[in-house]
Amino acid sequence: MDKRGIRIEGLSKRYGEGTTAVHALKDVNLHVDAGEVVGLIGPSGSGKSTLLKCLGAVIDPTAGRMILGDEVIYDNGWKVRDLRALRRDKIGFVFQAPYLIPFLDATDNVALLPMLAGMPNAAARARADELLTALDVQHRAQAMPAELSGGEQQRVSIARGLVNQPPVILADEPTAPLDSARAMAVVRILNDMARKYATAIIVVTHDEKIIPTFKRIYHIREGVTHEEAGEGRAIDHGAST
Amino acid sequence: MISLAGRDILHAWGKFLFTGIGLGLLIGVTLTMAGVYRGMVDDGKALLDNSGADLWIVQKDTLGPYAEASSVHDDLYRSIQITAGVAMAANVTYLTMQVRKGDSDVRAMVVGIAPGAVGTPGWPPYLVSGRPISRSHYEAVADIASGFRIGDHVRIRRHDYNVVGLTRRMVSSSGDPMIFIPLKDAQQAQFLKDNESILQGRRRTAQNPAFSHPAVPGLLDSVVASQSSNPYVNAVLVTVKPGFAAEDVAASIRRWQRVTAYTRAQMEGILVGKLIATSARQIGMFLVILAVVSAAIVAFIIYSLTMDKIREIAVLKLIGTRNRTIAAMIMQQALVLGVIGFVVGKITATFAAPVFPKYVLLIPLDSIAGFFAVLAICMLASVVAIRMALKVDPAEAIG
Repeated sequence: MDKRGIRIEGLSKRYGEGTTAVHALKDVNLHVDAGEVVGLIGPSGSGKSTLLKCLGAVIDPTAGRMILGDEVIYDNGWKVRDLRALRRDKIGFVFQAPYLIPFLDATDNVALLPMLAGMPNAAARARADELLTALDVQHRAQAMPAELSGGEQQRVSIARGLVNQPPVILADEPTAPLDSARAMAVVRILNDMARKYATAIIVVTHDEKIIPTFKRIYHIREGVTHEEAGEGRAIDHGAST
Repeated sequence: MISLAGRDILHAWGKFLFTGIGLGLLIGVTLTMAGVYRGMVDDGKALLDNSGADLWIVQKDTLGPYAEASSVHDDLYRSIQITAGVAMAANVTYLTMQVRKGDSDVRAMVVGIAPGAVGTPGWPPYLVSGRPISRSHYEAVADIASGFRIGDHVRIRRHDYNVVGLTRRMVSSSGDPMIFIPLKDAQQAQFLKDNESILQGRRRTAQNPAFSHPAVPGLLDSVVASQSSNPYVNAVLVTVKPGFAAEDVAASIRRWQRVTAYTRAQMEGILVGKLIATSARQIGMFLVILAVVSAAIVAFIIYSLTMDKIREIAVLKLIGTRNRTIAAMIMQQALVLGVIGFVVGKITATFAAPVFPKYVLLIPLDSIAGFFAVLAICMLASVVAIRMALKVDPAEAIG
């Protein structure tokens, strides 16, 4: 595995204790290499959200190991003191709804993360502009979120996920609200960005339209993952959001 | 780092501005109430300053003449005049009443002043127009706030007084304008009854056999005459000679004249500590209520604004924003609301003060204290919203 990627070994998550305990994740194993986009699919209640929250360092797993690049971040307990900084610097998030900050324009929505990490405003905005250009939404850089279309908002959201150049991006149903063409455009962008920035991307999805585009897919059922080879269907590069 | 609070305020400026204006009106009322209290204290001090006295000689064991009724014989001043250390002693009467002004009436404090000149205790220390009282009867000097002008006629009881001079800031501790008239007229006005009552009083006295004893001719006339005259005044105002301590002179008068003598400091204590104490407590209570209401409004508004941003706060926390950054954003918004409110409130109070029915004294120290109180209230009020924001689970952004 490339050093910039994520590996999970024997991860489990239990809610509650004793007879009322619920095992949301049971011995989950998963790895995503840098530059790779992997699908994570499963029915409702299968443990997708719990896995995403564990990967995002939002909730504590019960047991297992998580290795980010060459750093063990969880080994039956967090090995990283500041989970907030871990999320800020090492993990990017792309949500089903863009959840942009409504009082910041597109540039500042993207630039906020590096600013929070201590980067000077001008440098953070320059990096945001670079990403907005790469995602072809530079012409809307000064627009407020309410003035952007759904597709533009999602591209700004992807730029925000990428801006700190994290080794891993967690995308939670990023194409759910989009039509087929725009959904494919988002997948194309994610693939392009994964290659360009050597980022490991995990896409949680129910979207039948985009599932064939993944080369590898993890099915999750009753808290257990199964790896499958995907179709890896080519994405139409003419698709646009 | 960009100012999240500033951007949010600019984004929703209308909401902040109008909320700030509403809060400002409340703060304006608060500042005005504080100004009313200051005005009452200032009125009290003006009353003492303008009397020109160092000592107030009043009926024994009373808090007169302003806080309680007091009467002393009008010849008392003669014996006080010769007490060691006394420069001047002058009788004075005070009577708060409605005086006629054309078809309407004005509430005023009628002050009876002893014959003399400007500088005599009890006299207005300066005039803004006209001349001092120079005749023994039926002339008056009025405070300009009473609305009288030179040449107007003031009706007090059954007599008309010609306004010959006007003065300024001569008010009672309640803020009522003063009208100065000659002492004899004021003494008569204090107890002057209508003609019918006088006739009935004379008849009642005449029917008393004790006053109609044939062996004492003239007794009835003497009794009737004494009943229709008033040999009392409310106080004797005293100035102390240079080189004498007011407290020493007061002690001497207390000992030998069997009266109560107050120094300036004691009289100020009576006015501020007793006469306007109840009003001060009422205003203080009102200020506390207004502060609580202001805090509740700020807390509610900031809480609502924060509730509207729960999802954004969850996203901010998920992407690694520190708690202190989020707390600072909320607190800064509360402070901005407070600053807008204070500016609006200060402007409101400044423009409202001149048209307020009572004297409103807005002093810079109160404004500064008020400003910091508003900031403290806003900071406290934002705590509820901050606690709620910090409890937001970043997992809510994921779903």
